Amino acid sequence: MMLLTRRYYFSASHRLHSAELSEEANTELYGKCNNPYGHGHDYEVEVTVNGPVNRETGRVVDLEELDGLVQQMVTGPMEHRNLNEEVLEFQHLVPTTENLNIIIDRRLRAAWPSAFPESVPSLERVRIYETARNIFETGPFKPNEIQSSR
Amino acid sequence: MLITKRVEFSASHICRNAQLSDEENRRLFGAAANPHGHGHNYILDVTLQGEPDPVTGMVMDLKELKEILQRDVLDPMDHRFLNHEVPPFDRVIPTAENVAMEIWKRLSRSISGGLAKLYSVRLYETQDLYVEYFGAE
Repeated sequence: MMLLTRRYYFSASHRLHSAELSEEANTELYGKCNNPYGHGHDYEVEVTVNGPVNRETGRVVDLEELDGLVQQMVTGPMEHRNLNEEVLEFQHLVPTTENLNIIIDRRLRAAWPSAFPESVPSLERVRIYETARNIFETGPFKPNEIQSSR
Repeated sequence: MLITKRVEFSASHICRNAQLSDEENRRLFGAAANPHGHGHNYILDVTLQGEPDPVTGMVMDLKELKEILQRDVLDPMDHRFLNHEVPPFDRVIPTAENVAMEIWKRLSRSISGGLAKLYSVRLYETQDLYVEYFGAE
């Protein structure tokens, strides 16, 4: 089995606040991340693909194709954006990095067949570094239904 | 239990397929198709799987692993031009994928028979691109 991982970067702001909780409960739960003005991170996203090595190219994946897909679905729409205000999925979903991970995974999987017919290579995992110390990852399984904000 | 040893080497390479046009090579490999070559500081993580030996408490003597890596990988590849000096890259394109597979091939010959078996070879070409090879099956 051969896996290839490519790392991408984007910076964005967000605010963690659940409409289903009281002000006090939000403050208690999210602490500084509940600041009404929001705050930002330099996110790092690792996209890992799984596939055979093509004999002609010696590659598992056409990197230009992968870069284009990630640019179109993730870094393009999210770079220097406010996730709560400007990324559709977060209008009713708290943009924790868990949820961001699931959304990025879902966006890539939805567009995957257009870039990689018959899923060669397949999408193996998506890992996000919110900071150097907070790391999230989804694997080669269908992301579970999101239970909104709780 | 998995144990990992990391080593680094620097080498130059060219990624191009002689059977394709210049234009196709440039599209496939980008700047890496430059016929004069370019280099990377490769980082190699070699992971072994096994249980600690009841007497020594070690999965494998890391000194021995270091010597194997030195002989099989670093001596032949460090500060070399892979396409010109390290077979089979005179005929196999030295993409990160192919270099990782070649390293696996060399190490799997040297790491066998003991308690530890080769689990994976992870090769970073840059901070933003790495491959992991787990063998043929």
